[in-house]
Amino acid sequence: MRPIRPRDGLVLLALVAYASPFFWQALTSMRPDAELLPLTRLLPSHLTWVHYDVVFRQSLMPRALVNSLGIALLSTLLAVGLGALAAYALARLPVRGRGVILLAMIAATAFPQIATVSPLYLLMRALGLRDTWLALILANGSFALPLVIWLLTGFIREIPRALEEAAAVDGADRLATLRWVVLPLAAPGMASAALLAFLFSWNEFLFAYSFTASEASRTVPVALALFPGVFEVPWGDIAAASLLASLPPILIVVGFQRYLVRGLLAGALRE
Amino acid sequence: MSDRRLAWLLLSPALLVLGTLTVYPALWVLWLALQYRIPVFGISRWAGLEHFAFLAVDTRFWNAAWVTGVFTVASVALEGALGLAIAVALRGQRGGRRTALALLLLAWALPSVVTAKMFEWLYHPAGGLVNFLLGGRAINWLGDPAFALPSLILADVWRATPFVALLCYARLLTIPPDLYEAAEVDGAAGLQAFTRITWPLVRPILLVTLLFRTLDAIRAFDIMFVLTGGGPAGSTESLTVYAYRALFQTLQIGFGSAIGVVVFALVMLVAVLYLRVIGRQEAAA
Repeated sequence: MRPIRPRDGLVLLALVAYASPFFWQALTSMRPDAELLPLTRLLPSHLTWVHYDVVFRQSLMPRALVNSLGIALLSTLLAVGLGALAAYALARLPVRGRGVILLAMIAATAFPQIATVSPLYLLMRALGLRDTWLALILANGSFALPLVIWLLTGFIREIPRALEEAAAVDGADRLATLRWVVLPLAAPGMASAALLAFLFSWNEFLFAYSFTASEASRTVPVALALFPGVFEVPWGDIAAASLLASLPPILIVVGFQRYLVRGLLAGALRE
Repeated sequence: MSDRRLAWLLLSPALLVLGTLTVYPALWVLWLALQYRIPVFGISRWAGLEHFAFLAVDTRFWNAAWVTGVFTVASVALEGALGLAIAVALRGQRGGRRTALALLLLAWALPSVVTAKMFEWLYHPAGGLVNFLLGGRAINWLGDPAFALPSLILADVWRATPFVALLCYARLLTIPPDLYEAAEVDGAAGLQAFTRITWPLVRPILLVTLLFRTLDAIRAFDIMFVLTGGGPAGSTESLTVYAYRALFQTLQIGFGSAIGVVVFALVMLVAVLYLRVIGRQEAAA
């Protein structure tokens, strides 16, 4: 780690200020109810865990966290699993219409959810999938799939062909090469694609809000948007719930930053 | 197995899923937009272009189009300016880069429903930090039609600027430092170095990024739906919120789909523009 110069410190301080809405929410989540409304002092007299206690014991958040985590993991698995196979074909095998398929993938990443939500809703209802995990796994997974295919095609192309040719000389067939040579080498790229697919599903609101009806499948953003207040809005509890909803994104920007940045750059630059 | 057959075998699961859950709905919505479809009343009949004819004279639609337009232009412009400034500041960063990026990207990675809830609380007339910092005012940021849209735009700018900053920053890192040193020797520093070196090199990326952000701003839904719900008095009701309301609150599946199709068309228009810019840049490179 390099030493922090005064100038660097100043930039860091400015970025802390930029992130302050989040820190304020963190502080609100631990501020006693009596000091929330009206706001009379910047710092609370003491910190409390009572809002987290309420969220864990009396709200739908614990169930929503389980739903969100399961749905996000499985839709990521769907997108990356199918995406990796398709990307290998597009990157390495003779595919007629490859250009058209890749162009269609870019176009599909631009699809607005609001345009496909009504047919998808009718489709899910016809399949009897309303208010199930599967509806959201399919909707989120397929929505992330074009970007995943696009990213992984690019990443696989960067792998030197010589390695695959060497494997072929050693007698490995295509599928063995894919399994033992390409996939391991594409792992960092797959991690990037998986992180983006996971974040999309974790943060997704419109599909989840439209396709769910009960706590059986309600995700964290939906639970947060519908957070109940009996007589007044429970701002402290909402702050605690939003902190919980923020944990995976925080883990990703802190712990998996390299992969996230790589995925974002490759996804946006579309070279 | 031949490579050609294997290729289709590997591609077919993905294409099957995309065909069923992306392409088919995208075509179906065009069909739905041509129907009267109100399930609660058992209404289901052909409408032709009547929904679109109605939209052409629907003041609520034009208001929503205006909101989407203002939201898109203002937030994308602000995100461009602020994102570039942050990128330039980050370029000189040597220590604490990871921390800096984590602080920056946090806003981008949060669920937009969380962002909406955070800003709802920041803007609260009596409990919000904004009024507190303004010396205890009681401005109703989200309840006043004059302030609601700007407040909403600010929340979206906070959320999306990191994306612009990151892409510009990545481009700036590829500029060799000797370029700036040589400029300094020639007496060009500060603003001149920016206009002569930084700007021409970062401009293509900035343009692509902003087109990309434009797509997202036209599609934006969560933040206005949760933060203001389109209110007050429709002052923040975008096309997406109007479409959602028609689809799931008044249950006019056909009419709501027609608004969705308009959003679809707008987005595709920008996407075509985007592909052209990329194509031109590749031709120039």
